[in-house]
Parts: sequence; C-alpha cells; structure tokens
Amino acid sequence: MLWETVRLAFTAIIRNKLRSFLTVLGVVIGVAAVIAMVTIGRGSSQSVTASVEALGANVLVVRPGQRMMGPPTGADAPRFDLKDAEALGELSSVAAVAPSVTSSQTVVAGNANAATQIVGTTAAYLTVQNWPLAMGRAFSDGEVQAGSAVCVLGQTVRATLFGSGDPIGQTLRIKGVSCEVIGVLAAKGAGSFGQDQDDVLLMPARTVQRRLEGDSDVNSISVALRQQATSEEGVRQVSEFLRERRRIGLGQRDNFSVTDMKEFANVLSGVNAVLTSLLSAVAAVSLLVGGIGIMNIMLVSVTERTREIGIRLAVGATSGQVLQQFLVEAVVLSVLGGALGIAAGLGLAWGGSVFMSIPFAPSAPVVALAFVFSAVVGVVFGYFPARSAARLDPIEALRHQ
Amino acid sequence: MAAPAAPLIAFRDVRRVYGTGEAEVRALDGVSLSIARGEFVAIMGPSGSGKSTAMNIIGCLDRPSSGDYLFAGTPVQGLSNDQRALLRRHALGFVFQGFNLLARTSALENVELPLIYKGLPRDERKARARAALAKVGLQGREDHDPSQLSGGQQQRVAIARALAGDPTVILADEPTGNLDSHRSHEIMQLLQRLNREEGITIVMVTHEEDIAAYAGRLLVFVDGHLARDVPQEPRG
Repeated sequence: MLWETVRLAFTAIIRNKLRSFLTVLGVVIGVAAVIAMVTIGRGSSQSVTASVEALGANVLVVRPGQRMMGPPTGADAPRFDLKDAEALGELSSVAAVAPSVTSSQTVVAGNANAATQIVGTTAAYLTVQNWPLAMGRAFSDGEVQAGSAVCVLGQTVRATLFGSGDPIGQTLRIKGVSCEVIGVLAAKGAGSFGQDQDDVLLMPARTVQRRLEGDSDVNSISVALRQQATSEEGVRQVSEFLRERRRIGLGQRDNFSVTDMKEFANVLSGVNAVLTSLLSAVAAVSLLVGGIGIMNIMLVSVTERTREIGIRLAVGATSGQVLQQFLVEAVVLSVLGGALGIAAGLGLAWGGSVFMSIPFAPSAPVVALAFVFSAVVGVVFGYFPARSAARLDPIEALRHQ
Repeated sequence: MAAPAAPLIAFRDVRRVYGTGEAEVRALDGVSLSIARGEFVAIMGPSGSGKSTAMNIIGCLDRPSSGDYLFAGTPVQGLSNDQRALLRRHALGFVFQGFNLLARTSALENVELPLIYKGLPRDERKARARAALAKVGLQGREDHDPSQLSGGQQQRVAIARALAGDPTVILADEPTGNLDSHRSHEIMQLLQRLNREEGITIVMVTHEEDIAAYAGRLLVFVDGHLARDVPQEPRG
C-alpha cells in the first residue's frame, strides 16, 4: 500500500512537472546553498592547511615596529639590516634565515613590461619558503655578497615578459638597472588571501638596497626553525635576542614583531570555519523558507483536489490513507528537491573551487544530512496540508466544484 | 453477517437535523423503511424533501441524528469513520450525477481506484478493472482520459468503478442528470441488467418519472417524511 502511494505520488508529480518544480524550488535553492557553502568552506580550509604545510618547517617572520596593538609605531622603530639577519642565523633554534628587501617596480624585457614585487634576499629564501626552482639556478654566495645584477623570476612574471620562451640568460631592465635572468621559480599558486604568489621577482638583497631603494633597510626577516624546536621556543629565543641586540630595557615595549606563520594560518582557518558556519546557517534558513513554500503549494493543492479527495473517500479510502497520500506526496517532492539541490550545490561548489583554485572537497555526511533534512522538511510542512485533506467531510468534498 | 431474513438496508425512525434553534432544519423527520437484497429502488421527491440526505446516510457518508440505520443487520451509527470507510470499500458502489472521475487519469486507472484501497495486487487489479469496463461495454477505451469520452461513456466508467469493488449495493445519485434522453435510457438499461444479472441491489435518486420507471419499487419523500412506498412493474 505504501509503495502504491509512492507510485501514485510520482504520477501526480510528473503530471504537473512545472508546478512540482516551482513547489520545490525553495528546497532546491536551500539545499544547494548549504551544500555549496559547506563544500567551498571545506575546500578553502584545506587550501589554508595545504599552504601551511607548504611552509615546511615552522617559519617566523620578524618585522620592525609593532603592528598589532596600539597606534602604528613601525614608522619610527629602528629598521633591520642584513647584519641582523646574519646574527639571527646563529641562534640554536634557527635553521635558516632569509632577509626580504621589497620594492615595487616595473620590469622591462624587450617590448614587454610587468609591474611586480621585487624581493631582495639570499639563496636561503628558497629553503625558508620551501620553494623549488623550475629551471636555472639560485644566487651564489658570491653574487649575494657582491650585490650582482642577477634575478630569479616567479612564474607570472616569466609568463608576462617571455611567454613560453626560455628566459634564462636574458636581460631585464629595472629602473635603469640591467639584470640577467638566472633562474625561474616553480609555480606556487594563490596564497591564503587569494593573492598571486608567483607575481614576484627575486634579486640579491644588496642589489635591491643599493640600486633600487638606495638604503640599507630590510623590510622583514623570515626565520625557519629547526625541526626539534617548537614555535614557542623559537619566538621566545628570537624575541629575547632582538631585545638585547636592539637595547630595549626592562618594561619597555618591543619595537619589532615576531609572527608565527603557523599560528597565523590557524587563525585564518578559524575565521574560515566561522564564516562557513555563518553562511551555512543563512542557507539553512532559506531551506526553512523552502519548506514553507512546499506547505503553501500543498495547501492550495488540497483545495484544488477537494473533489478528488471526496471521490477517494467515497470509494472507501480511510482518512488515514488520504493523510498518507498527501504526506507521501510532500515527502517525495521535497526529497526530489533535495536530490536536485545536492546536484546543483555540488556543481556550484565545483565551479567555485575551480574559479578560486581551491580543492573541491564535498563532504558525504553533509550531503546525507541535507538529504535527510529535506525529507524532514517534507514531513513537517506536508503534515498540516495532509491533515486538512484527511479531515474533509466526504459529502462536502464531493459537492465541491 | 446477518440472518437471511434481515433486510439489507433498514431505517428505524431515522432523523437527521442540521443546525439548532431557529435555524434547525429537519432533513429527515422520522423515516422507517427497509430494502431487501436484490431490489431496484428509485427515490423521488422535490428538492429539500430529504432524498439526498437519505442517500448519504445509506451510503455511510452521513450519520443519522437519531434512530437506527442497520446495514445487513449491523447498526451503522455505532461505527467509527474508518469502519464506515471499510463498509463503503467492501459493500457499496457510488454513481454520481457529475460522474466524479479523476481528471487526467485513464478509464482503467479510475476503475482501479477502489481496488487499490482494497489492497489487491497490481495484476489482479488491472484484470478486474478491465473486466468491469468490458461489462459496461467500454472494452478498448481503457486508456482514454475522461476528457476523451462522451458523457454517457464517462458515466459507464463511473459504473464500472462502482462495479469493480464487487459491491452488494450500488447507490446512484441522479445518474442520468447530465445525460441526454438517449444516453439516459442506455445507462438505465445497464443498471437494470446489473440488478437482474448480477443480483446487485440498486438504490437510485432521480426526479424524472421515466427514469424512475426502470425500478421495481418507488419511494417518494416529502418534507423529510416517506410519503409513498409503492412496488411497480419496471419498464423495459
């Protein structure tokens, strides 16, 4: 009998394809939104986790000035220089150190030019950033010491300036300085904020300081910790060392900051999770609204089908059977809507993950939950109309025009 | 179910009152009657005479306000809604003036409807629905929608639907009210044949003398009372 009712419900739904679709549109959109939000949220969490893992050993970033608290003090805080970076490399918990001297410049090669971020550093930069070369070589110690005019390109810069051609040995011009390309970095993709990490050009730190910036400042120092050192130890040792080196007295505030990149990534992950659950909650509300839509149409349908209900009662249906029929119809509708919504949501999430270049990470429990939830929506919002159908007086129902 | 002597349908001082106080309407005001198995009874009377109320009570769609209605010896007023639904399902068949077929549903599926509620397996349902359609002369029209059939054919589908459930009684409420006189007589001959050949008891409400003439007994209601109860020689 139940199977018969389900078959009957399918027949009724197929007979009114357009109306059935419009009825469940709310549930389709609700389920699709929840699935898309959760899937994209998981994908971007995975992408953050992946970029943390790509950092390799734990990396601290040291900058002059305090950034997080109070009024910005960075402007008058003493700068770091290359000697500070060298000194940090002597600490017991530190594996490698890479200074960054940054400069935004337009790079010209032949007819092509590219505005990019120049990072002046040492060969250790590639170790600290866990960033392999795609071709060519990194700077030699001699080139770093001498401040030679050589550079290593990020993939985006390479593509802009040289297309698919071989850039090794070519010459670039940066602010009047001729510079030979000696290597190309492997592609790294988008960073945690979606920025293009491959839009970069590496040069020896001294070269950038002398020829582009005209000073001896270092913007930041990346410190890779040894495997056995915890980040707390690392942060403490680096801070204590720098306070002493920069002669900061007891009770005085640090005039530099040490950022633990893993910590930072965890915070980012946390923000991500909060945003995902917030958006999912909004999506869940739209699912509720979808359920009310089903109730609305089912109520109209009960009025429209009053005579049919009368006929069924006259030929011997019990009111329980009429209730069951309308309830099953609502559940079948909303389950179909749920299935459609899952398909649409996964499709949307897939498109989104391709667009944002994050992993496509569907979650089976969430899909199952959305499916069950849409069935529950059918039962809850189908019950009221079904009950009013079952309570019809057969005589009145048969007389209804 | 009951002793063979018991009438199939028995009213004992049945009253049906709608509303209260000033607005009180006594649709049936103390009606007693009995109909035996195998009879063909026509009920006539002006509108408001209580004939439709009597029909609804016989059909277990309505309950008397007081008095007893016994169907095959069983007092119906004591039955629950579901029990009365079961009685309709197993013993009664309805034919209405407006046919009351399900729209956009084939003749065969319409006839199958009571059999679904009887819980018959699909194959048996189809077979019995086909047989019922054949009995009313509609073989070959099984897949037609009501909208593709003439009024007379639609009423035949409705009779087949009533017939499919293998009823003891067919209740026909103005079965020819929407048909021209030619189709009306065809339908009446069909009902008469079912009464004579299948032994099905038929109770029919009509306001046309020549339609009532097909019955073997005439009941006339006036103002909620049974005014006349006369046997007659059926025509045809």
